[in-house]
Amino acid sequence: MSIDPNLQRRGFLKCMTWAGTAMVWTVAGGVPRSRLIGSAEAAGNDFTFVQISDSHLGFDKPANTNVTATLQEALDNVGKLPNKPAFMIHTGDITHLSKPAQFDTAAQLCGGTKLTMHTVPGEHDILEEDGKSYLNRFGKGTKGDGWYSFDAGGVHFIGLVNVVNLQGNGLGSLGHDQLEWLEDDVKPLTASTPIVVFAHVPLWVVYQDWGWGTSDGAQALSYLKKFGSVTVLNGHIHQTLQKVEGNVAFHTARSTAFPQPAPGSAKSPGPMVVPAGELKQYLGIASVKLVSSKAPLAIVDTSLAG
Amino acid sequence: MNEMLEPGGNARRLLLRRALAAGIIVAIGSHKAKAAEAQIVVDNFTFSPTPLNVKVGTTVTWVNHDDIPHSIVCPTLKVKSHPMDTDESFTYTFDQAGTYDYICGLHPHMHGQVVVAA
Repeated sequence: MSIDPNLQRRGFLKCMTWAGTAMVWTVAGGVPRSRLIGSAEAAGNDFTFVQISDSHLGFDKPANTNVTATLQEALDNVGKLPNKPAFMIHTGDITHLSKPAQFDTAAQLCGGTKLTMHTVPGEHDILEEDGKSYLNRFGKGTKGDGWYSFDAGGVHFIGLVNVVNLQGNGLGSLGHDQLEWLEDDVKPLTASTPIVVFAHVPLWVVYQDWGWGTSDGAQALSYLKKFGSVTVLNGHIHQTLQKVEGNVAFHTARSTAFPQPAPGSAKSPGPMVVPAGELKQYLGIASVKLVSSKAPLAIVDTSLAG
Repeated sequence: MNEMLEPGGNARRLLLRRALAAGIIVAIGSHKAKAAEAQIVVDNFTFSPTPLNVKVGTTVTWVNHDDIPHSIVCPTLKVKSHPMDTDESFTYTFDQAGTYDYICGLHPHMHGQVVVAA
């Protein structure tokens, strides 16, 4: 799969002001810290990894008619990092319709980084063969519908699947089997082990009316109470949201494909067509930082440009 | 395991069904109405109309007008459609009276209902 040579650079760059950005995570003193690729970084020996999300390969509607190019740009930026990341995490919706060609494109493009990629499926990745088309390509060696854990850089990483057998409550779901596995998985770990959990749909309820949350996410988090540092990485909502609650920091990543509206700001969570030239004023540009304390949630806007 | 139903070729099947129904009406000279049909539009992450009231034997077609795929999942009927991408459709004929709740398999906050009268 090659990148369309006819893609106009100007239009492409406009897209890149809101999409195609990966998140770099640096773990220092057991606490992962994030920043968007492109912000200043000095070369160093810190343990870092990269998160990308929601590449939706195969999507070709007006919100972004070339999602392959924007993913490629994100990956190019990963390749330019002075401090080579240990690996890449993709938090789901790798493809738009779970088609073999879409998975192939993802494998080829992401393989170009020469980085190991750890993935979890989004609901768009399990539309064919009851999810087997995903599992056969990206889920080898995983358990159940594709969950697993591994250790790297002194951190215990846990990939969870919350997009299978969705029910009428509208939210993502982990299910009994996966929760039991999770409880057993973390039992032998010491409380000082930094934990990074990644899943597609936010584990906490961002916006119930649009199904942006996981019905049994709280139960999963209850198994992680003893740990001093827990970081939860999600995708699905195509915008950056952050929230800190006790020792748990929640982050959602932007899409490499197209933005979606801020929770409740539009009639539906459908792809947002962003007018050229005004992109930075739009919701997909600003990150919203939700900081929780004993007081109600405070929202702090952080411009990605600044 | 839920039954998987193909969304493709719906238009052709619909035309064939109409042609067959028309042919039968001509052949037997009956005044009986052809099989009832109804449509549900998926737009802006909502099903419309909902509830949809129909008679037994009605063939219902869902058409997706969103830029994002949707699917139809009805646990009562054990029906699970393939994903309908933009402007694709899915049809199902309701043979039994009853009230059928369904959701979108990708966006389960989307709820719909078909009420089938005898």
